[in-house]
Amino acid sequence: MRRQPIQWGKWITGFITALVLVFLHIPILIVIVFSFSDSTVISFPIDHFTTKWYSRVFFEPGGEKLRAALLNSLEVATVATLTSCVLGTMSAFAVQRYRFFGRSFFRVAVAVPLLLPGVVTGIALLVYFRMIGIRQGMTAVMIGHITFCFPVVFNTIAARVARLPRSLEEAAADLGANFLQRWTRVVFPSIFSAMLSGGLLAFTLSLDEIVVTYFLASGSTTLPVAIYTGLRTGFKPDNLAIVTCIIAVSGLLILLSQWLVRERR
Amino acid sequence: MAETSKRKGLGFWASFLPGFTWMTAFYFVPLGALLAYSFYTHDRRTQKDLPIFTLDSFRWIFSSPTNIQVFLRTLRIALTVTVIDVVVAFPVAYFLAFYAGRFKHMLLLLVLLPLWSSYLVRIYSWTLILNSSGVLNWLLLKLGILDHPSPDFIYNTFAITLVLCYAWLPFMILPLTSALERLPRRVLEAAADLGAGPVRTFRKVVFPLVLPGLLAGCVSVFSLSTGDYVTADLVGSGSSVVGKLIFDRFGTAANWPQSAALSLCVMLVLFIVFGILSRFGAFD
Repeated sequence: MRRQPIQWGKWITGFITALVLVFLHIPILIVIVFSFSDSTVISFPIDHFTTKWYSRVFFEPGGEKLRAALLNSLEVATVATLTSCVLGTMSAFAVQRYRFFGRSFFRVAVAVPLLLPGVVTGIALLVYFRMIGIRQGMTAVMIGHITFCFPVVFNTIAARVARLPRSLEEAAADLGANFLQRWTRVVFPSIFSAMLSGGLLAFTLSLDEIVVTYFLASGSTTLPVAIYTGLRTGFKPDNLAIVTCIIAVSGLLILLSQWLVRERR
Repeated sequence: MAETSKRKGLGFWASFLPGFTWMTAFYFVPLGALLAYSFYTHDRRTQKDLPIFTLDSFRWIFSSPTNIQVFLRTLRIALTVTVIDVVVAFPVAYFLAFYAGRFKHMLLLLVLLPLWSSYLVRIYSWTLILNSSGVLNWLLLKLGILDHPSPDFIYNTFAITLVLCYAWLPFMILPLTSALERLPRRVLEAAADLGAGPVRTFRKVVFPLVLPGLLAGCVSVFSLSTGDYVTADLVGSGSSVVGKLIFDRFGTAANWPQSAALSLCVMLVLFIVFGILSRFGAFD
């Protein structure tokens, strides 16, 4: 039997990978640990552990602002996700099923919001809204969120539609299915998981966005902006408590969307 | 493509127009508005922005050495972050693509997960780590490397660079991994058969083939670092980077045309960088 030489490449890159994975996750664990800290100043190691911040944020007086912001966030994220899903699905079909002038330009142009920083999107929408007379507020925030969610949903669904053979729809049409039947029985079931996965991505993106929202909101705002304005003035363990809950929820949503995409592979 | 139809009827317009109209009305026209607004006149006395053409905002940007410094510092940070992320991401992507085997999906998910957990948390966490009474100082005191807590880890360019490297690392690992995955094994074997050593194989075979994936990662990391505001605000000091400067002209100093002009400059710089990188295949 021939002896295997030691695979140095495998061990070295494997070691670096392990270190990087630890590096990627430690800061998140640290925030979770600090959310149970009894102290109101940053101090480590933590002396006393408590769950009081969690109960304050969700049930007691003192957490109203964060609770209101959470509801705003969920509302904005829901509207942004649903709207960008509808718009994204339509555009994905337009781009994959038809040839038209400027088709490849449209595909690139639509990806621009993903390439440019949020500061540019935020300021551009802000000055535009001022010019045409839309005031800062939740409507403006929703419009902004739909705009940056659209490319994400569009890309996810367009990739799926590209692999969806047109012959399926044609076969259904030959068998006498009308437009509605073709959509509900053939097209929709085959792109549903892509819509769901793109939608979940859009939902978490919206739930996490700070910069665009910061420019477009006034007074009442979304959760990340509320947490951010709280945190930049000092250490606020109650903010960390609600953040920990968000990490848990969005982590679950992402695992779910990954699982949905894998189903179809 | 045989599956695309040439005849454009109601179906095309009904599916094309809603998305197109939305993005035009709420993205492309606003970018035009940004361009226009950067030439508006800001009336200091009334604090109003008037639609009268002026080059004042651009004059302000280019006549002040501080602004130029901020721009150069931002670009230097973004470049440093991009280079460090390439160096760190490469071995990780290599391991994931070639050695991870049946653990690949799980490990890729572990890379992806922090990206979507919460952007704010991942950045804020570093104030808990780098603070003079934070985790890092505690660790260094325990290990006997420091005698007393150091305040020098945070509120400077070093902290911004470190945190940006951390925040955008997954954006480099993911495209690199898929580029390496597409690399045919037999090409590597052929290089070895023809007598190329590991270094030569890497330089002449691996690197040119994964360059588009690498550059795609660079585009994301560079762009996100150039436009960053939250990191600079939480772990940096003063108006140290462009993103922070834009916010300050918007908030405290309230001169929107200057903010607009600064954003326009950021956009132009990024478009130039994208243009150069696309020549090497970054958007293929």
